[in-house]
Amino acid sequence: MKNRKTPMKEQSPESRRKNFEEVALGYTLEEAMAEAQRCLQCPTHPCVSGCPVGIDIPGFIRKLKEGKLEESYRILKTYNNLPAVCGRVCPQEVQCESRCVVGKMKDSEPVAIGRLERFVADWAAENLEEDAKPLAGSKKEKVAVVGSGPAGLTAAADLAKMGYQVDVFEAFHKPGGVLVYGIPEFRLPKRIVEREVNYIKRLGVNFYLNTVVGKTVKVKELLSKYDAIFIGTGAGTPKFMGIPGTNLNGVYSANEFLTRVNLMKAYLFPEYDTPIRVGKKVAVIGAGNTAMDAARSALRLGADKVYIVYRRTEHEMPARREEYHHALEEGIEFLWLTLPIRYIGDANGNVKAMECVKMELRETDGSGRPRPVPIEGSNFVLEVDMVIEAIGQGPNRVLLSEFPDLELNERGYIKADEDTGATSVKGVFAGGDIVTGAATVIKAMGAGKKAAQFIHSYLTGEWNPWQK
Amino acid sequence: MNEIVKKAKIAEDVFDFWIHSPSVSKEARPGQFVVIRLHEKGERIPLTVADTRPEEGLFRMVVKVVGKTTHELSLKKEGDTILDVVGPLGNPSDIENYGNVLLVGGGVGIATLYPIAKALKEAGNNITTVLGARTKDYLIMVDEFEEISDVLLVTDDGSAGMKGVVTDAMDKLFRERKFDICWAVGPTIMMKFCTLKAREFGVPIWVSLNPIMVDGTGMCGACRVTVSGQIKFACVDGPEFRGEEVDWDELLKRLAQYREQEKISYERFLKTAGEPE
Repeated sequence: MKNRKTPMKEQSPESRRKNFEEVALGYTLEEAMAEAQRCLQCPTHPCVSGCPVGIDIPGFIRKLKEGKLEESYRILKTYNNLPAVCGRVCPQEVQCESRCVVGKMKDSEPVAIGRLERFVADWAAENLEEDAKPLAGSKKEKVAVVGSGPAGLTAAADLAKMGYQVDVFEAFHKPGGVLVYGIPEFRLPKRIVEREVNYIKRLGVNFYLNTVVGKTVKVKELLSKYDAIFIGTGAGTPKFMGIPGTNLNGVYSANEFLTRVNLMKAYLFPEYDTPIRVGKKVAVIGAGNTAMDAARSALRLGADKVYIVYRRTEHEMPARREEYHHALEEGIEFLWLTLPIRYIGDANGNVKAMECVKMELRETDGSGRPRPVPIEGSNFVLEVDMVIEAIGQGPNRVLLSEFPDLELNERGYIKADEDTGATSVKGVFAGGDIVTGAATVIKAMGAGKKAAQFIHSYLTGEWNPWQK
Repeated sequence: MNEIVKKAKIAEDVFDFWIHSPSVSKEARPGQFVVIRLHEKGERIPLTVADTRPEEGLFRMVVKVVGKTTHELSLKKEGDTILDVVGPLGNPSDIENYGNVLLVGGGVGIATLYPIAKALKEAGNNITTVLGARTKDYLIMVDEFEEISDVLLVTDDGSAGMKGVVTDAMDKLFRERKFDICWAVGPTIMMKFCTLKAREFGVPIWVSLNPIMVDGTGMCGACRVTVSGQIKFACVDGPEFRGEEVDWDELLKRLAQYREQEKISYERFLKTAGEPE
């Protein structure tokens, strides 16, 4: 390939597999300028249509090219309240970058839009003074946002920019949702999330932490105190394989494992009080981004061997390519076409091995992917002392069970209009994983953004889908 | 917020706190709990809400020193605050008029039982309570239970009440009288044997489980228990379950899963900490 992306420096696999520092180190100014030069500023800018929040991508890159970094940052921030987060964790290869004209040319990689976004956001954090004015509260209407993950933060920021008073309710002691409990430090440092949350606070948004809506604050109370509500509580309840031995000690859900490590900093135990098992031989079940995060975290905690066990193959794996390659470089071993069928414990209830069966792929099933089928007699036993199941999540029921009027879909998620976020209850909107099931940070942000626009239309009386 | 308004030592290693938290005191119902975190480096631990005074915005928690975090909490003084208090969490107890109810409390579980006892009393039940502890120095809240129920004390060494364990008292009572339902709250091993005893006499039994938890809102799955052969989360499906349906041996093993780390953490802490006070 001749026309490649400007490479981004990374910690070497040998050193990074022993620490929780960020893997990708970001561009220097020179590297960013060089990469920005690769953008053709094509008139059709298909990249924008690949972005769930519709960032003016050619616009911010043009300003960067011209050396006008502050203006570049302003453009980004108009569309995206969390650019430093998105620049790091968005699956650009299937979004903006997948449509880039440069990437369509022979022997050519698309413009590294994500890396440029990250560069401009990080540059602004270091070089610009306080970048937000308190805008919330100029309008009298109040909006409650439930959950402070990517969907909630985006909705809150956009509504605040429009002048609404916004109160965000978060069950955990830190705002950020999956950005703080789920995505590891080495992929998204917590100070980056904090920085972007602080920006939203400076817009005048109030955060109520340690507050479980439905328990600490009743739904009825929210409905009476606020003019509109946005629910962005995410997909929260871990699914388990449910095979024999699931409750053995050392078998974790990815949610628990990652929460202990990321939010509670168990990797710093005993300086931090929250413990975590440090497995020597760890199996992670599943091959999504969460599985990659869990596997790479287990390695950094000190595991000798980490397997990713997946019942399909590399081609069906849902993880981002970049994360997969990082995992490979760090020495994670992939067991494709493999399904655990039983965890085996010792006398004290600790997992010591798991029985697996090999799979083969048959004709395509309803999900559009080939259907894995067990090969009879292919069973084998893998020695492991820790297992992390990263096979997905279902809707968290805490709020939903306290909100009986809210209509759910057949999968138990909130039934909300895809375009507007409107739910079955007047003035109540929802978006993100609690509507779609587990998806990406940027999709949740897109939903939060759309909902904010329609909450505005609803509050100004322009639009009311509940009017019969 | 979360200020310790009142603190007292009520038994050996057992401390009684009243914490200022208007939302918890207003919303908490018998059987529910909170998750607390003491400081930036602290872990999240679940503790039962033992009582509330909504008019003053206070709730009560009774805590036994068993490890680093509870020891650290015992060193807090009136006027100090707890960094994070989340709650109330979990489902409230199933309170109705059952008739004759037997309540069995062991150790600090007695505090969990207290709001349940009060609510059952208010619902018109006739209540008998068995309160058990190692010795009389570990018995708590006896006067408070005597106000609302007939109380039978049990200690391992006979220093107060009957000599023996709570199941001995249950056996005696079940032979004397008919009970419609019972509750047992205390150490997991005690609840297991209370369940066996209740089953022997065919009396339905509720227990309040206290497995390892992280978030307390159904997100992490750390607190999973097998109930009637199915995976349940104690934080959102419980904390109370019918004792007959719980896989006790699995739960006992799960509770031991961080014993080594707990020891490391506690010993490290004890090098600098004073006695619980």
